[in-house]
Amino acid sequence: MKFINYLEKISGVDIYALSSFSIFFVFFILMTIWALKADKNMINEINNLPLNN
Amino acid sequence: MQVEKFYYDNKIVKMFAYASVLWGVVGMLAGLLIAVQIYLPGANFNLPYTTFGRVRPIHTNAVIFAFVGNGIFMGVYYSLQRLCKARMFSDALGKIHFWVWQLIIVAAAITLCLGYTSGKEYAELEWPIDIAITLVWVVFGINMFGTLIKRRESHIYVAIWFYIATWVTVAMLHIVNSFEIPFSFMKSYSFYAGVQDALIQWWYGHNAVAFFLTTPYLGMMYYFLPKAANRPVYSYRLSIVHFWALIFIYIWAGPHHLLYTALPDWAQSLGTVFSIMLIAPSWGGMLNGLFTLRGAWDKVREDPVLKFMVVAVTCYGMATFEGPMLSIKSVNAITHFTDWTIAHVHVGALGWNGFLTFSVLYYLIPKMFNTPLYSKKLATNHFWIGTIGIVLYVIPMYWAGFTQAEMWKQFTEEGTLKYQFLETVTHIIPMYITRSLGGALYISGVLIMVYNLFKTVKAGNFVADEAAEAPALPKVVETHGKQYWHRWIEARPIQMLIFSLVAVAIGGILEIVPTFLIKENIPTIASVKPYTPLELQGRDIYIREGCYLCHSQMIRPFRDEVVRYGEYSKAGEFVYDHPFQWGSKRTGPDLAREGGKNPDSWHFMHMMNPRNTSDKSIMPNYPWLYTNDLDTAITPAKIRAMQTLGVPYPKGYDQQANTDLQAQAKKIADGLKGDDQIKKLAAVSEDLDLNNIQKKEIIALISYLQRIGTDIKGEKKPATASLP
Repeated sequence: MKFINYLEKISGVDIYALSSFSIFFVFFILMTIWALKADKNMINEINNLPLNN
Repeated sequence: MQVEKFYYDNKIVKMFAYASVLWGVVGMLAGLLIAVQIYLPGANFNLPYTTFGRVRPIHTNAVIFAFVGNGIFMGVYYSLQRLCKARMFSDALGKIHFWVWQLIIVAAAITLCLGYTSGKEYAELEWPIDIAITLVWVVFGINMFGTLIKRRESHIYVAIWFYIATWVTVAMLHIVNSFEIPFSFMKSYSFYAGVQDALIQWWYGHNAVAFFLTTPYLGMMYYFLPKAANRPVYSYRLSIVHFWALIFIYIWAGPHHLLYTALPDWAQSLGTVFSIMLIAPSWGGMLNGLFTLRGAWDKVREDPVLKFMVVAVTCYGMATFEGPMLSIKSVNAITHFTDWTIAHVHVGALGWNGFLTFSVLYYLIPKMFNTPLYSKKLATNHFWIGTIGIVLYVIPMYWAGFTQAEMWKQFTEEGTLKYQFLETVTHIIPMYITRSLGGALYISGVLIMVYNLFKTVKAGNFVADEAAEAPALPKVVETHGKQYWHRWIEARPIQMLIFSLVAVAIGGILEIVPTFLIKENIPTIASVKPYTPLELQGRDIYIREGCYLCHSQMIRPFRDEVVRYGEYSKAGEFVYDHPFQWGSKRTGPDLAREGGKNPDSWHFMHMMNPRNTSDKSIMPNYPWLYTNDLDTAITPAKIRAMQTLGVPYPKGYDQQANTDLQAQAKKIADGLKGDDQIKKLAAVSEDLDLNNIQKKEIIALISYLQRIGTDIKGEKKPATASLP
């Protein structure tokens, strides 16, 4: 439990930024493609859910 | 297909609605009290319980967790049942959820009044309450996912996705940020120290805004706005992109609260980049809400519910435009530590959360009581009074923030600072007064709402169990085109929970873990030593009185700050700070290099009545520190807790600590007793007993104040960079 070490610079920190960005980007693009290509009837059906109760 | 009959539970919704209103009024009144105290320090009544440092956490906790918290549960319990076409999973769990949550709120109010605080903003509650919150959150989760599992509607509407993300993320944030080592029934030390504590706290703090004040309310917007406007949301596809982009990006943005601090640069940059990206999904959501009303603006003119919603969504848009701007380092250099931040959060709190809650209340109460709203006119008056209240609140605060930041940074031609800190404070007092008027106006509006809703309730008949019917969920769900994998997720809410957790956890892990794991290049500073027992006790008093709410301990590397306060702060200076006390607002000056700046006698006179040493100071008096005995019985337990956390006190030091404490206290007390000014003060003051002063809390506090930032003062300093 000795978390008393700190740092101002991390060697190879790029990998954190790059990997995190790639994970985010790929997932986001997949979701967007899905959202845009999703079946129109289904989208309409879900969209009207709040009004059907 | 056979149609099943069932009943929606409105009782639990009503209970949360009432609680939200009640705590809303309490929380806002607490806010008004501290707003007045800023220009009338005597309004603390010289009592510890009503002093700014203790009431401010009551205000923030009451508004966030009691007003908005109950508002969330009201909205979720109402909309989830209807979107799932099912009664809540368990009435009993709902009741447990409700009563334990209210109990937590009461316990929070009492303990914060008494000064039990962890010293971390928006996470002030102490460890037993933290555990209770965790348990009640699990109860809420079981009830929510139980309802999802027994639902009769195959699709999961986007509002529910927001609710799921809320539940998962708040659980994660609360648990990670609340790691603490208890050393008594109601007190603990943060598990983390210094830089790590700051990073985790603001990862939590920012995401509490994201996942407590934003995502559940977006879910409510996606349900109640279409309901009130009687038309589906503008673009459901956009809402899906909005959801995923928002939860993914939000989780990274926390470090923007720590720009120019001793936090590693890469983490600051990460925070900035993701904060700027946030504008896209936030505005996507806002526009989706506003466009839903296209062609229905005539209704907005008539219907107070829609009026409140339009301003709420607009305020959401304003706050989420401003947030990314404030994350740009050059803008942040001006706004941070000033009232600009206060203005920013109140656009969100008063506009977005407040107005959306009011709109939902105006929508739900008449519906559940099966009667029209008592008076549309009063609701419209509430709307206008509230809106003017917001404007009167935020504009003076923007003005104050900008003015003060400019004054802090001004130099004379000779190269000295143009203004003393106190001058920059007294200059903006008219703005503080106007702000409290805006707040008072906003509360008057709320009281009008209370009356209006009360009359509505009186006139109506409560429908506790609302009849509904729907066919059972078919075993094999019909799919539209090639939607198999999406259907697979929709049919499995528990898996959906895990996906959401993975999505938000990736952000958290990659942001935080590096500061724990990588041990090379550690700028440890040899001269930084643990606090002495007396200083440690003094530090705990500093935390108890909420000093961090007005005083930062973080000198940023700017020319004006270095000249005003001293050498800029280094990461290695805070390694024994459990919790960190960097602060986020400078109503008073920074204290990071306070040690040794003024003599002990100055602090003694100042804490008694700040006007003794600083004419026109707005700081409250702390008379009880001169009469309260320091609790030395707890010293060994505190030392042992610190040792557990890795602070290098020698083995067995817990038994030695009080001897050292007494010796240090005696030295300070002896010095004070010899001071002429203090002798004069003691001669005319009945309460001040100089003979016993050594045992009093003030001595410990002075020892801490004299220690802050002194560790590296003797070191050979590197040349201070000349800064932006």
